[in-house]
Amino acid sequence: MRRIGALWPLAAISRPAEFETMTVSPSITRRGNLWVGGFRCMASPCEVLLECDDRAQAHELIEIASREAFRIEQKFSRYRDDNIVHRINRGGQRLEVDEETARLLDFADNCYQLSDGWFDITSGILRRAWKFGDGARLPRQREIDRLLAHIGWHQVSWEKPYLTLPAGMEIDFGGIGKEYAVDSALGLIRDAADCSALVNFGGDCHASGPQAGGRPWMTGIENPNRPGDASAVIRLRQGALATSGDVFKYIEHRGRRYSHILNPKTGWPSPDAPRSVTVAAATCTEAGILSTLAMLQGGDAETFLDAQGVRYWCYR
Amino acid sequence: MQLSKKKIAGLLSAATCSLLGGQSQAAGEWEVDTSILYYSEADDRIQAIEPVIAARKDLGDDEILSWKLVVDSLTGSSASGAVPSTSPQTFTRPSGNGSYVVEANQTPLDPSFKDTRVAYSMNWDKPLDRDRRRNLGFNLSREYDFTSLAVNGLWSLDSNQKNTTWSFGSNLEYDVIDPVGGAPEPLTPMDDQRKQSGSEDRTIVDLLFGVTQVIDRSSLFQVNLSLSLADGYLTDPYKLVSVVDNVSGEPIDQLFENRPDSRLRSALFAKYRKMLPGKDIFTASYRYMTDDWGVDSNTVDLTYRFRLGERYYLQPHLRYYQQSAADFYRYFLVDGDLLPAEASADYRLGEMDATTVGVKFGHDIDGRHQWSVRLEQYVQSGESSPSEAFGQLAQQDLYPDVEATIVQFNYSFVF
Repeated sequence: MRRIGALWPLAAISRPAEFETMTVSPSITRRGNLWVGGFRCMASPCEVLLECDDRAQAHELIEIASREAFRIEQKFSRYRDDNIVHRINRGGQRLEVDEETARLLDFADNCYQLSDGWFDITSGILRRAWKFGDGARLPRQREIDRLLAHIGWHQVSWEKPYLTLPAGMEIDFGGIGKEYAVDSALGLIRDAADCSALVNFGGDCHASGPQAGGRPWMTGIENPNRPGDASAVIRLRQGALATSGDVFKYIEHRGRRYSHILNPKTGWPSPDAPRSVTVAAATCTEAGILSTLAMLQGGDAETFLDAQGVRYWCYR
Repeated sequence: MQLSKKKIAGLLSAATCSLLGGQSQAAGEWEVDTSILYYSEADDRIQAIEPVIAARKDLGDDEILSWKLVVDSLTGSSASGAVPSTSPQTFTRPSGNGSYVVEANQTPLDPSFKDTRVAYSMNWDKPLDRDRRRNLGFNLSREYDFTSLAVNGLWSLDSNQKNTTWSFGSNLEYDVIDPVGGAPEPLTPMDDQRKQSGSEDRTIVDLLFGVTQVIDRSSLFQVNLSLSLADGYLTDPYKLVSVVDNVSGEPIDQLFENRPDSRLRSALFAKYRKMLPGKDIFTASYRYMTDDWGVDSNTVDLTYRFRLGERYYLQPHLRYYQQSAADFYRYFLVDGDLLPAEASADYRLGEMDATTVGVKFGHDIDGRHQWSVRLEQYVQSGESSPSEAFGQLAQQDLYPDVEATIVQFNYSFVF
């Protein structure tokens, strides 16, 4: 279960080596009382909104956030051959991982347990059978069955800090990486300065607190039935929003819509999944997991979200 | 159960906290907790000032070292155990040098109560693997007539997807008591000052078994069973028991008290905690304790934390405590009766109940600095006119109430 192809840029692998560690400086503009930093990372437009007077300080904070985004992309992208994920995915051997990777693996393990296996970072290989966007087609059951044999976190041996991945399996942090980057970047901004900030990476966002005078941040969410049109404006004072579902990533076959969020147990999208789910939670990471799990509940998405006691916006 | 009906948000929050915790709580940061407590009993009884400083450091990977330093400064008087009389009474000071006089019809208090205690403790908490933790610690406490050294260990195991935590702990304590002027010979008259030179000691072994269960995303239930065995000198060398005339009830002698040299205590503790909509927190706990001295006690403790906006809270507190008397508790001994092997008139071993009512107000300044202030009133009462009182004793208050006021100010910060 992951969001196929969306989070990590294919472009990264084709970049020349000398660009690998370089990041493009973010742009910085003034919008009303806010400084707005913009850059592209993890295949998404990224934005950092800051309420501070000083341009130099804004510049520094935006740099901190963008460096963190690029760092996380570089370290955890599945599309690179120079990082920890690549080393893990070569498989077969016992590998000692660093502290941050260990925390992410612990978290993935927790989510696997909590969700009774609906969240599984080993399910990424399903992308080999499913192609979305241009050239989209439905896979054959035979292909899926072959892949399912190599999916299942319970087959992985994780004894912190040692990970052993059976040959043929792969892990992929795509389902949590961007949200983790949002939370992490906001954490660094908070540590560095005492100003109100909103970090928004491709629609997943986290606010450190309200703007001056308690004014909320206005965040638009798109109605997938009317792309380009912010149909709901969410007033966010503190906390995070994450959205699952994508207007453009689905397959339509004989009148049925197949979402790109795949069930790691069946290898298929859940029937009757909403077109998009946005969840509000204390952190972007939590919101992201809940919105993804909601998509996988298909027709029961709302039941699942109601049980969690979180605010959500579900479009069908 | 289907995932669509399962509540995972609370546990997911906790998991996210450990994921992001390392980030926002950068390793190397110190959490410091400071407080000062003022305890004041009415009628010039015990006054205490207790400053505490505690520090905690995350060494990374959830390995935590913590330190705590407590300084207790006590002054004032404490009831000695002797009964009041219709005429003034003269008592020898514990040192044997000098004496003091207690006015007629007044509860005899020992005014030489003055002490400073310094206690230091250190704990090392370390995860052993994903589900198991180990906590090792030691305590050292020192007063001029008392030294205590303890080591403890606590092992905990998470199961059922971290919804259930099993704990097993033990504590080993060794105390040395060095009474002023030596330990008195049990049940001998104070006037004789028959004391043994050298110090006394005792050992205490505690065992604890606990289960904590997450009920749902907003509530938690905890049960602890504990067993404690104390062995050695358990007598209070400064407490007295009056021997009264078998007709008039007037005290004719004051004996040093004596207690058994072992005490086996067991306790059951249960606690329920629930976060309500609006993030108010309700906590209720109950403790039952019983021992082979015949002291059985029940404690009920309730707090409710009202959240006032994002950063403030107000927390009323109510505690009720009730205990039965120790088998060897005596208001007094009667002249001519057979002297028991053990006897104590220490009001803390008598039948009593106590109520604490209080309120705490707290402010989280910016997530890294917090302060709170707590104000509590304590009232303890027992049977003032027991049926065994006769003669002049029937006129006296043999179990005066203890009333105390507690004020505590707390400030904690991260740096």
